Amino acid sequence: MYYIDPHIHMVSRTTDDYETLAKMGCVAVSEPAFWAGYDRGSVHGFRDYFEQLTGFEPKRSMWYGIQHFTWLCINAKEAENVSLAREVISMIPEFLSRPGVLGIGEIGLNKNTRNEAIVFLEHVDLAMKTDEQILIHTPHLADKYAGTRMILDMLCDDQRINRERVLVDHVEEHTIRHVLDAGFWAGMTLYPVSKCTPARAADMVEIFGPERLLVNSAGDWGPSKPTAVPDFILEMRRRGRSESEIQRIVYDNPLMFFGQSRNFVFTPPDNAVGKPC
Amino acid sequence: MSPSRPSSVILDEEFLPIRAKLLEIAAALDRIDRACGKDPQLDPREQQLASAIKLLQSDEPARAEKIQRIFSLEYDEAWMTKYRIERAR
Repeated sequence: MYYIDPHIHMVSRTTDDYETLAKMGCVAVSEPAFWAGYDRGSVHGFRDYFEQLTGFEPKRSMWYGIQHFTWLCINAKEAENVSLAREVISMIPEFLSRPGVLGIGEIGLNKNTRNEAIVFLEHVDLAMKTDEQILIHTPHLADKYAGTRMILDMLCDDQRINRERVLVDHVEEHTIRHVLDAGFWAGMTLYPVSKCTPARAADMVEIFGPERLLVNSAGDWGPSKPTAVPDFILEMRRRGRSESEIQRIVYDNPLMFFGQSRNFVFTPPDNAVGKPC
Repeated sequence: MSPSRPSSVILDEEFLPIRAKLLEIAAALDRIDRACGKDPQLDPREQQLASAIKLLQSDEPARAEKIQRIFSLEYDEAWMTKYRIERAR
């Protein structure tokens, strides 16, 4: 089955991972800007990172027939430095018209601080002024519930936002209902220990239905599994779900959400010249 | 999307994994009890674990959601006021 991983940090992964994803049916990835594992020292570090995300990474992915899309921002983990965050936010528009840039993300909260909220709101304001889609990171573990509610408060307060153009990621059992009921898209991240398993994601699909729901691996430089979406596909098949039901979650829904971005130019795999491995 | 399998089929599949997970929890709690230098004051994390285990024994629906909430910090509806953040337009 062809699938799309809507949230994966491929700059942190090896070329072997691209090959494995291609062999498993991955035809496209979307890569939100992320924390590097250390705080970058200046706006120049972010400019170089955005060059990598919009320049070299799409080339590397196409070596394996995988189409690469991306989102730009300064991550919540670096938002305590508000002056640097403002420099980065003012530089982002330089990249917004580049091919494959789908919007602003992954913005959000980490420890739910005031500075994180300020930087989040300034990212949202940029997205509204430039008519971009938004991809949102919600905090981990004990901070997730309060952080998700705070993010929803900020989003629902802003009357300019079209909620169908916003994806709130890393939802779990205690946050998914709030996100979907408010009219946003929700992403379930399959990640060892700190987020969700394929079985729990399949449970949430059974409980909440497939509408506005995505599944991703969020593979990055930490312990994570870039092939987590195929694990979800296998879990759904094990439960007797039809191929069309599964395809809706892992292929049709990402296309529907990303299709709202002006830079989403996607070549369906059956139309591609030279199919992936 | 309604459930696609009867409970007996799910139990056939899940019985051994559930048994294994319960044993892991039991062994981990035993390990904590056996540890040297145990603090006489109850660690709040142990209280969270006890609350979650108690919830497992109930017949209530949405156990996973409720256990998530046990391990979550509280949400304060007045957070914007406390942070002096202006409400949006």
